[in-house]
Order: sequence, then C-alpha cells, then structure tokens
Amino acid sequence: MNRLARITAAELRLFLREPMTVVFGIALPPLLLVIFGSIPSFAAPDPDLGGQRFIEVYAPALIATSLAMLALSSLPTILASYREKGVLRRLATTPVRPGFLLTAQVVTHLLMALLSVVLLLAIGAIWFDLALPANALGFVLALVLAITAVFAIGLLIAALATSGRLASGIGSLLFFPVAFLAGLWTPGPTMPEFLRNIASFSPLGAGSQAIKAAWAGGWPQPLHLLVMLGFTAIAGFAAARWFRWE
Amino acid sequence: MPVIEVTNLHKRYPGKVAVHDVSFSVDEGEIFGILGPNGAGKTTTVESVIGLRKPDGGTISVLGMDPVRDRDRVRTRVGVQLQQSELPERMKVREALSLYSSFYPDPLDWRELADQLGIADKLGTEFRKLSGGQKQRLSIALALVGNPEVAVLDELTTGLDPQARRDTWEVVQRVRDRGVTVLLVTHFMEEAEFLCDRLSLIDDGRVVATDSPTGLIARVDSGTRLRFRVTGPFDEAVLTDLPCVTGVRRTGPQVQVAGTGELLPHVTAALAAAGITPADMRTEHTTLDDAFLALTGRKLAG
Repeated sequence: MNRLARITAAELRLFLREPMTVVFGIALPPLLLVIFGSIPSFAAPDPDLGGQRFIEVYAPALIATSLAMLALSSLPTILASYREKGVLRRLATTPVRPGFLLTAQVVTHLLMALLSVVLLLAIGAIWFDLALPANALGFVLALVLAITAVFAIGLLIAALATSGRLASGIGSLLFFPVAFLAGLWTPGPTMPEFLRNIASFSPLGAGSQAIKAAWAGGWPQPLHLLVMLGFTAIAGFAAARWFRWE
Repeated sequence: MPVIEVTNLHKRYPGKVAVHDVSFSVDEGEIFGILGPNGAGKTTTVESVIGLRKPDGGTISVLGMDPVRDRDRVRTRVGVQLQQSELPERMKVREALSLYSSFYPDPLDWRELADQLGIADKLGTEFRKLSGGQKQRLSIALALVGNPEVAVLDELTTGLDPQARRDTWEVVQRVRDRGVTVLLVTHFMEEAEFLCDRLSLIDDGRVVATDSPTGLIARVDSGTRLRFRVTGPFDEAVLTDLPCVTGVRRTGPQVQVAGTGELLPHVTAALAAAGITPADMRTEHTTLDDAFLALTGRKLAG
C-alpha cells in the first residue's frame, strides 16, 4: 500500500505539471460557470427555461464535460503512451507490478474529477447562489455511475490504442459527441426532445440528466442508471480483456 | 553454484522461433556477455532470464529461484536495465530515483548513486530534457538503486557517442567492483571485448561458443599480421627468407606481412639489416569480429 501511495503521489505531481489537462480537465468547467454566472441574463430566472436560471440548467453539463475530458482524453493518452514508451515495461522489471501504475493513474484522474466537481459546487454556492444538490444521495449515485461509465470507456481506449497519439485522437473524436449529448452546447430544456431521447442512451447524456434530476431533489430515472451501468459493464469487460502491458 | 543458469532455453512467438536452444551459466562476481547480431535472440533471452517471458522449453534459475514463479523475490535481488524503457516525460531525475528506491527493502543511497554515475547535477531535470547519455546513466542508476546482487544490462551503450560509451563502460566496471554480478547484452564487439570476463556468442537463437574474449579469439587465431609502408625499391626475399613469415603482399608502397609467433622484432631486425626504413608499422590483431565471422560465417552488425 505504501508503494501504491508513493506511485500515486508521483503521478499526481506529474498530472499537475501538464498545463493543458489541468486547464481543460479541472479548471475549465468551474471557469465556464463563473463566466456564465457573471452574465446577468444567464444568472436570472428565464421563462424559456421554465423559470430556472441558465447556470442551474448548465451545471450538470459542466460536470459531465469535466468527466469526459479527464476520462476520454487525458487518462487513455497517458496510459497508452506509458505502454508505448516502455514506462510499464520498466516498472515490470521491479518488484512493483505495472498494475500499480494503472491504478495510480485511475486514482489520480478520479481525484481530479472530484476536485473539479467540488470546485464547481463551491463556486456556485458561494458566488452565484446555486443550491447544492437537493437529493445528495441521488446526486452521489448519479455521479459515481457517470464516472464508472466514462472511466471504463477511457480504459477501453487505452487498451485498444497502440500509441499515445492514437489514444489522444480517439479520445478527442469521442469527446465531442459525448459532450454534445451531455448538453454542453444545448443544456437541459434547450435540447430538442428527440435529441434528448437519443442522449438518454449515451453515457454522459444519461449522466447529466441523472445528475440534474437529483440536483432538483428527485431521483434519477432507472433508464439513465441502467444505461450508465451498461456502459460500465461492457466497456469495463472489453478493456480488461484487451488491455496489454506492452 | 552459478548465479544464473540457463539450460536449453527455447522460446517461440507466433510465426517465428526467437530462441532455439540457449544454455549458459554466469558465476558470481563476473561480467558475463551475450554477444550477437540484432535479431539473434539476445533480448528474448534476457527477458526470459528476468521472468518477463515464460520459456516454451528449458529451465532458468536465477539465484536459485525460478524467475517466473518467484517473480517478486527475483526482482528484489536483480536490477534490470532494458532497451526502450523510458520514464514519464516530466518526471524529474530526483523523483525517479527516490520513487524506484522505495520499491526495494534495502536500497542504496540514491544521492550517492547519482553522484557516482555523474548525474548529481541533473537531479532537478525532467526526463525529457536529459541527453541520451544522461538517460542511459539514469537507467543504470534505477537498475542499481535496489542494491541488487545481479545487474542485467541490455544494449546499454546503443545510441551513445564514443565518449559517453567509454564512460558507461567505466560505470559497469565499478558496478562489478562492488561485487555485483553483471549480465551484459550487446552487439558491440568492442564492448564485449573490453568488459566481459566471459561471453556467449549467439547467432540465430543458438549459442555458437562460450569462452573468455581471448579464448574465443585464440580459437580462430590466424596468426599475426604486420602492415607498413616502404618508399623506394625493396627485395621481398629479405622477409620471405625469415622462418616466421608465411606470406608477403605488396600493393604500391603498402606491405602486408603474415606470419606466426614474434613477427614484429624479427621483421624490424631484418628490415634494418637490409637498410630499409619502414613507416607506419602496425600490428593487426584478431578481434571478436573475426572470431564471430569464423564461427558463424556471418559478420556482426554495428
């Protein structure tokens, strides 16, 4: 455990040294909240949104965006390049198993995802009078399932991509539809009905709708939870099956 | 008891046999070389020795243990430097040394090690900013930081300039002087000749011969050769009359003399007696390259 903690600490330090992932994975979603929250028309109740404020509608999509960045882009790129450059191979020659490095990376990205969510909740609550999730248990449930779904997909990319560049390419290619269906461009009620039905079957479309439902005090729809569980199980199984250490 | 014992190792990959039949044993405290051209099966052999690959046939014993079954215990006592293993780009030298030393129960003082390997002034430098030679030294440091009894070093000077290569050789000698047994994989004849106490020549997945460098050379020694320049006329009989000379070849001013035994003093004396002053007198020795060529019919690459 001591070794795993040390490797995780080292990987965490490396993560924070990479400005792009820090900006896009952690800082951007809270920053977008600050920007939109500072625009008076977005911070006021909007009849087009059923009397809700834009930032309330947008916050779940921002959480989903942060998860997508970290899990689909950053995590697989790092893991695939570690394999490509023999970082895993070097570790395999020591008493430490290369699986420790994989675990350390997943833990690092999880911590960063949680940091981003906490920042978003805190900034919203402190400066923009954004209520904390009314159904805290439902919120945590939705968040955990959204995380396991996208992280499983990210690990599958890492399993299939033979190089860091390829993983980065696949990750960016997946990021846009996933973030689009999560509502990054058309959050909440502004997304057309038929599109929202399609989005319900995407990992973060289901994720952001489940998060939104719990935020408002209700429970996520069973469909959304099942969709996220399905992505977790299928992508997770495929990743475990196809992952190669070299 | 030998430190490493490989008996009839056989390893296949889909579509090709990487190692047909390799046996050798490494004694405590020696630098043992595995020398052969690229693609001869050297890397597969060492990967099997350290338990990264499971042999399809034969047995391997390292410090009396099976490197696949006793994986963790073998890794604790054997330090490994492999080809094509980098570190995360932004990891600093200090972080890598301190992290890797934490993997072992009884590590060396990594600051001292960095000092001995000449990278003490690079502790704050990120891996991506190191030169090829510095990366190689760090690699060796990481292989040694666990205070191993055996060090396995694979192609450690590939891609280094001649000066960096010489420096690295010195490092390996110092490692051996601390009592570490070294298994060295290389395709550089000079490196093997300079460093190894004994070595196995490997070609096409098989051991061709195992001996000391001088022993291998002696097996194929074709005698001594001298080469020098002479300006002006000169009667070759001056040399061919000597009992130790077996042949003389002349191309312009260049003269090449083949013979046996103490060729140099006899030839110089005969030339002096005939009043001839030779220039650029050189003795040509048989090398491991010649030995490899004679034993396999093939040239060592590089």
